[in-house]
Amino acid sequence: MATTTDRLHPRHIGSLALALVMVTLPHFERVPWWVTLLAVVLIGWRLYITRYGLHLPRIWLLLLIVAATLGGIYISYGRILGRDSGIALLVIMLALKLLEMATLRDAMILIFLCYFLVITNFLYSQSIPTALYLLCVVWIVTATMIGFQFRTLQPGYKYQLRSAGIMLLQSVPLMLVLFVLFPRVQAPIWSMPQDAYSGKTGLSDEMAPGSLSQLILSDAIAFRVSFDSQIPPVNRLYWRGPVLWDFDGYTWTAARTPYRSSYPGPREYHALGNLIEYTVTIEPHSHRWLFALDLPARVPPRSQMTNDFQLLFQTQVSNRIRYDMASYLSYRNNAELGRYELQRALHLPANSNPRSAELAAKMRGAAPDERAYITAVLSMFRNQNFYYTTTPPLLLSRNPVDEFLFSTRAGFCEHYASSSAVLMRMAGIPARIVTGYQGGELNTVGNYLTVRQADAHAWVEVWLKDDGWVRVDPTAAVSPARIEAGLSAALPQTEVLTLLRGEYAWLRQTRMIWDSIANSWNQAVLGYTQDRQRQLMRHIGIDDATWKSLATVMFIATGAITLILAALMLHKLRAARPDAVVAAYTRFCRQLARRGVARHPSEGPDAFRKRAIASRPELAQPISSISALYIRLRYGDNAHGADALQLQREVATFRL
Amino acid sequence: MPDAPRLTPLLSLLAAPYRALRSHLDRWLFQLRGAESGSIMLVQRRIFILPSPHGLTYVVALMLMLAGSINYNLSLGLVLTFLLTALGFNSMLHTFRNLAGLKISSGRVQPVYAGDHAHFTLVIDNPGTLERFSIGVTRGGKDAVYTDVPARQAPTVSVAVPAPRRGILMPGRLTLFTRYPLGLCYAWAYVEPDVRCLVYPRPEAEYIPLPLPQAHAGLGIAHGAGQEDFSGLRSYHPGDSPRHIAWKAAARGQGLLTKQFSGRADTELWLDWQATPDALGLEGRLSRLTRWVIDAHAAGLSFGLRLPGITLPPEPGNAQHDRCLETLAMFQIGEKPHGNNDR
Repeated sequence: MATTTDRLHPRHIGSLALALVMVTLPHFERVPWWVTLLAVVLIGWRLYITRYGLHLPRIWLLLLIVAATLGGIYISYGRILGRDSGIALLVIMLALKLLEMATLRDAMILIFLCYFLVITNFLYSQSIPTALYLLCVVWIVTATMIGFQFRTLQPGYKYQLRSAGIMLLQSVPLMLVLFVLFPRVQAPIWSMPQDAYSGKTGLSDEMAPGSLSQLILSDAIAFRVSFDSQIPPVNRLYWRGPVLWDFDGYTWTAARTPYRSSYPGPREYHALGNLIEYTVTIEPHSHRWLFALDLPARVPPRSQMTNDFQLLFQTQVSNRIRYDMASYLSYRNNAELGRYELQRALHLPANSNPRSAELAAKMRGAAPDERAYITAVLSMFRNQNFYYTTTPPLLLSRNPVDEFLFSTRAGFCEHYASSSAVLMRMAGIPARIVTGYQGGELNTVGNYLTVRQADAHAWVEVWLKDDGWVRVDPTAAVSPARIEAGLSAALPQTEVLTLLRGEYAWLRQTRMIWDSIANSWNQAVLGYTQDRQRQLMRHIGIDDATWKSLATVMFIATGAITLILAALMLHKLRAARPDAVVAAYTRFCRQLARRGVARHPSEGPDAFRKRAIASRPELAQPISSISALYIRLRYGDNAHGADALQLQREVATFRL
Repeated sequence: MPDAPRLTPLLSLLAAPYRALRSHLDRWLFQLRGAESGSIMLVQRRIFILPSPHGLTYVVALMLMLAGSINYNLSLGLVLTFLLTALGFNSMLHTFRNLAGLKISSGRVQPVYAGDHAHFTLVIDNPGTLERFSIGVTRGGKDAVYTDVPARQAPTVSVAVPAPRRGILMPGRLTLFTRYPLGLCYAWAYVEPDVRCLVYPRPEAEYIPLPLPQAHAGLGIAHGAGQEDFSGLRSYHPGDSPRHIAWKAAARGQGLLTKQFSGRADTELWLDWQATPDALGLEGRLSRLTRWVIDAHAAGLSFGLRLPGITLPPEPGNAQHDRCLETLAMFQIGEKPHGNNDR
């Protein structure tokens, strides 16, 4: 093989720089400002060197830059090897490689690194716009790679883009086959950097005044649900999440260890209605909870259910997961309460919120039984001037429940839930807080329900001797609209997040269409996991999809597609039918060859005419005439259609 | 490396069997079938394809991307990895197609002197409608020449082959190759065109005066070599004496022209084998005769050539020049060409 130490042309460096900038562009907002600046300077430096034909920088200077970058990254991130710091490092290294590269080999390596950098973008976003942008990047990188291969002719960047586009399009069928059939394994194979899943919003395992109202500002999607049958009314859609038992006077917290493992106990209930079946596709968050309608009747694979009906996945929900669920919306919980649980469900910090304790004692005294007391508390919220707002005043005193009940009286669901639970416990009724989501937006385009972080909600469960744990939602009392019609209906007009939840019908419609597309994308592309693969294989008749059977099918399909593509591509190679003029002249030459005068491949028609006449003078007239016609048709500029016919006629007579 | 000297004899011992094995293997694997005449169509079974070194790097990169995508569960990462895998397969087809269906024939080749390079021309004919890019032609992997072959065109490529000895030279096995479009695959085909280049003996470098012409029919020989009577200019041929180049004409930008002098038609110049000293050996004597033929022709003389068993009677002109050099080139050589296994 010939060696390839070919020098790089400035044109190559320009297009490589463009590809590099495009592939790092999405990272620029994530890396520290100095990384962006340094990368831009390095790329610009190389372009400057190329433009003015200067020498490449010396190796010690490059090493100095590497050392400084490593130091800078350590200072910025506190680590070198991590997801974010690694990408910052990669961006600089790519720019440095561009600066120092001299041969085609370097350039090819840079191309491969560009492809690799494309993948790192997916760590942050796999949305449709990201995918489209990066597809463009891949297109440009591939076009750049094609440019390296032109040795003499330079058909130009447009031609390279065209070729790259065609090649990528031709690669799509095989890509689809590989994507569907490549055996999926359960990730991760090896441990990942600790910061791999940072920055995901969602519920946390504690609740303090203000924590949920922060969350409702987020428009991020928590999960999507498609129901097998009719979607239940919105006011019954309580999506059960973390259950909080412990209160320190200000913050409610969940047990650090799953309740079940420490305190085994009965988890019994009587279903009172139909089983509702549905499928949840949950977005990644940084905890183990899976969400289900209250009360979950099934445990999804690789998960467990605690005694307080929390669903816990075996690990953090670090990927989008899809699970089939079933729930009873009406039920009667028969749980007996153990001594320890009773103690825990009644515990309050000593000497806190004295005015509330006083109020609770007074109301409990007035109420004949526990149920009447609960009703009294709820009607207090409903009938006195309590306000429901997403921007409640801060509770700063040592007795936040007192402050809320007696002075501020404006709060979000966590304020109402927290103060109700405290009032219950003060009256000797075991109570706990359940957080989760309430409601959801029906997407009429895709006919599924979208539950956003903004739908975050908190409610109270009290334990009654005959009925077990019973849900009490004080928010429903103070602002029924919140539960009946969603957040935007419940809030005063000034607080409505107009764009998100407004009344603009077309905006809402556009949003729904977009979300429906995104949902299909998530289901089909991003959520294509091992389980889904097995399911699909079962559909097409491969029952037990082991990796072996998948690999076999994959190889066969790959071969078939490659053969089809080869057949389509090589079809074009057949010699094109020569046009009528050339065909006629070729016939004429064949005739002459039969008469002893063969035309050399390199012989022009005029030279051939002379030689032919010299050796067959008796044919001089037709030979001259045919040659003249042919020369005029092929090389002259005043030939017309009649000449072509004339040529064909004369060749035909010549044959006779 | 202290071991190297001890290894060398062993290696040289193994070199011959290795070469023989390799040649057998090549012949079987690549279906080498010796020189072929006429035009050679690069059909499917003549074209071989392997990943290039860049292609292997690409495979490694893809494997890293696959591992990363699986580990971080990046569906789009997998999509990209598989798209690039498919692109790799696809590039194999494209590279193959870039070479397939070309028709290779060889053009005329000018005789050269031993020690020079013979320039074999290959006509690469693209009868199809698909444009071909960056087709390389190389002999033994060195000094590739690249060309592009637009649709329905047949450009020529000149391959320089060293001609160390006089006689008939064949280009041997030439490799047509391409890496277009992505450089990830290397497709190649071997062609061995049956085209012969006549290699004249190397003219003696030193200037040796021509032997004295023999007087014919009692006429005087005072005119010596007969280089005085300027009769005209012709275009320069390699081997013309620099003293006869019309430098003034060259300075005027008319290109290299050689001055021709009219000889005396009645003088007979014999370039005789017997007139060369024995000490030169066969090749040396032929070299000297070659030098004389060139000089005599440049001087416009009529000359004859006498070799043991061959006599070419005196005559002036280009035809005589070519005839004499061909005779010298083929003197005591069978028709067996050399050069095919010269790698």
